[in-house]
Amino acid sequence: MSSILDSRSGRTNQLVNWFKFSSPATFYPLAGKLIPFFWALAIIFGIAGLWISFFVAPVDAVQGQGYRIIFVHVPASWMSMFIYIMMAIWAGLGLVFNTRLSAMMAQALAPTGALMAFISLWTGAFWGKPMWGAWWVWDARLTSELILLFLYLGFMALQASIDDPRRADKAGAILALVGVVNVPIIYFSVKWWNTLHQGASVSINKSPSMAHTMLWGMLLVALCFWMYSIAIALMRVRTIILERESHSDWVRTLEGVK
Amino acid sequence: MSAFLAIIRRDLLLVMRRKSEVLTILFFFVIVTSLFPLGIGADTALLRKIAPGVIWVTALLSTMLGLQRLFATDFADGTLEQMALSPTPLALLVGGKIAAHWLVCGLPLALLAPVIGIQFDLDASTLGTVILTLLIGTPILSLIGAIGAALTLGVRGGGVLLSLLVLPLYIPVLIFGAGAVYAQSVGLDVGGHYSLLGALLVLALFFAPWATTAAVRIAIE
Amino acid sequence: MTTHISEPPNLSLNPSSLRANALTCVRGERTLFTGLDLEVSAGEWLHVRGENGIGKTSLLRLLSGLTKPAAGEIFWNEQLISADPSEYHRNLLFLGHRDSLKEDLTALENLSIATALDGIALTEDEILLALHRFGLRGREDLPVNCLSAGQKRRVLLARLLLRQAKLWILDEPFNALDVRAVEMLSELILEHIASGGMAIMTSHQEIPMPNGRVVQL
Repeated sequence: MSSILDSRSGRTNQLVNWFKFSSPATFYPLAGKLIPFFWALAIIFGIAGLWISFFVAPVDAVQGQGYRIIFVHVPASWMSMFIYIMMAIWAGLGLVFNTRLSAMMAQALAPTGALMAFISLWTGAFWGKPMWGAWWVWDARLTSELILLFLYLGFMALQASIDDPRRADKAGAILALVGVVNVPIIYFSVKWWNTLHQGASVSINKSPSMAHTMLWGMLLVALCFWMYSIAIALMRVRTIILERESHSDWVRTLEGVK
Repeated sequence: MSAFLAIIRRDLLLVMRRKSEVLTILFFFVIVTSLFPLGIGADTALLRKIAPGVIWVTALLSTMLGLQRLFATDFADGTLEQMALSPTPLALLVGGKIAAHWLVCGLPLALLAPVIGIQFDLDASTLGTVILTLLIGTPILSLIGAIGAALTLGVRGGGVLLSLLVLPLYIPVLIFGAGAVYAQSVGLDVGGHYSLLGALLVLALFFAPWATTAAVRIAIE
Repeated sequence: MTTHISEPPNLSLNPSSLRANALTCVRGERTLFTGLDLEVSAGEWLHVRGENGIGKTSLLRLLSGLTKPAAGEIFWNEQLISADPSEYHRNLLFLGHRDSLKEDLTALENLSIATALDGIALTEDEILLALHRFGLRGREDLPVNCLSAGQKRRVLLARLLLRQAKLWILDEPFNALDVRAVEMLSELILEHIASGGMAIMTSHQEIPMPNGRVVQL
């Protein structure tokens, strides 16, 4: 577990020395060095998580082997929410401190968050089909996940439609902040709607206490997704930096840049 | 305060000079709600069941149509810039424009809705709930929608993009508003729905004008 | 005969000044100018000159506070304009390329609403007097989209007069004006300067007014 602490303190150090690394020019090489480290962590956690979910966790009495898909579904849902909050935080920081890099991080996180939401919806459907015989049910959590996907797509569409990158950053930030305030409201209202209309409800576990092994499996897969998201976001932000800073000297002198 | 009233008066005056812009929104509301019985069937029991949702969703879509004209003309002719340079706080002027938008778009929808409700065979108390929930809900729609309208000013694909941004944010209002009408129609308690709608209205009144003003400044920069 | 609405405010009682320090302007990915210093005080006017695309309009928008500079500060009466924007805007009138008039409203309505939005109380007579001064007698009650381009710019001249701002920032104010209107505008600006006001203008052509300082971008 020391690897978790290392990654966390690595992130805290970044926050503490923030202003030193808030220039795209200094962040670019730093990100480059960190990426393989996070990929390695992702692979380690992924293997551990999948091993537990396939071999260690017991077979569910009612749902059989098919339930194992929740080991992907639940962590994907968690990550989609977490990434949205992180995206809003980065965008908010970019708006308040007028830093380009924070806004670039938000832009880099969005597609990964949308992917997590999409995976959550898909795995939810695959889980639902054997369970209730339907590919989609209007369950509160699945519906909220769908709306979260719309919020991600809206953010990405807005940024894609605005030509001026700084205006896109700031407009996206406002949208993300409005969105993050609305997410709890939306979730609450969808739950309300669900109980009112007595729709189907997805329960992760039929028994009151989830088996510890199942929880560990989900946590490890969640950590795997988290490390993967960081690695991918860092890769994406490096590309964004190169695109947006292409006119500046340090980019022109990079190896491999024509 | 007088500047607030002046901007409302100005926007109302502009609407009076071009009534067709607003009337088309009301016609849209009437036409689209009429499409549902045509598409689904005229079984009155079914219509009574789908009425809350149909009326509310169509009200949402009609408000969306009206949002595009909230800031676009002022942005194009330079008067929005002048408002940003006015000694009067921009948030006040923006709030006035949103209020005018509601008076012109939301209020008529709320007053017209019972007529649609009759087409769907709703009883009197349910019709009352329709008006009341729309009266509380349409200001929320104008407030939240204004944020989207300001964010998409002058942006390519503005109208459709606006829908994509704003409709997910409208969902809580839709759920509580239509839910209240549905509850009233089956005799359940509606108090909770009204409280939640009211809470959303208060939240929107406090936060939306600031978000909209920030978005307007970004668009003008 | 020129008529004054009332005595123009004697602006020289409290000499005002606009000062910009080390301004840097970035539009998109281009840096338009860096380290620009600028100053204008009561009774002075500046002519900002430069080629197309060099940043004249961007400079004016920076000075008016519409956009924020990438670096540098702007002071109004030695106070940052961001410290009290409302106070700065009370003393500022910015006119850009667009007419900033509502096409569906009449000239009279446009001006009365614009002044009401800016918190200035004026009677209808005062507004009419201003419109008549600039040759719009008989046109006050027509919707603005019935006026010619030159007439629309004359409505803006009336706005300049009625707004009672100390600092005028004008982007290409002499565009689309006929000879008579150019005279009227020059006269108006000179009156404004004489009573202690300030102006910053861009123009491609020579500005037919004496005693201006030039800022070359």
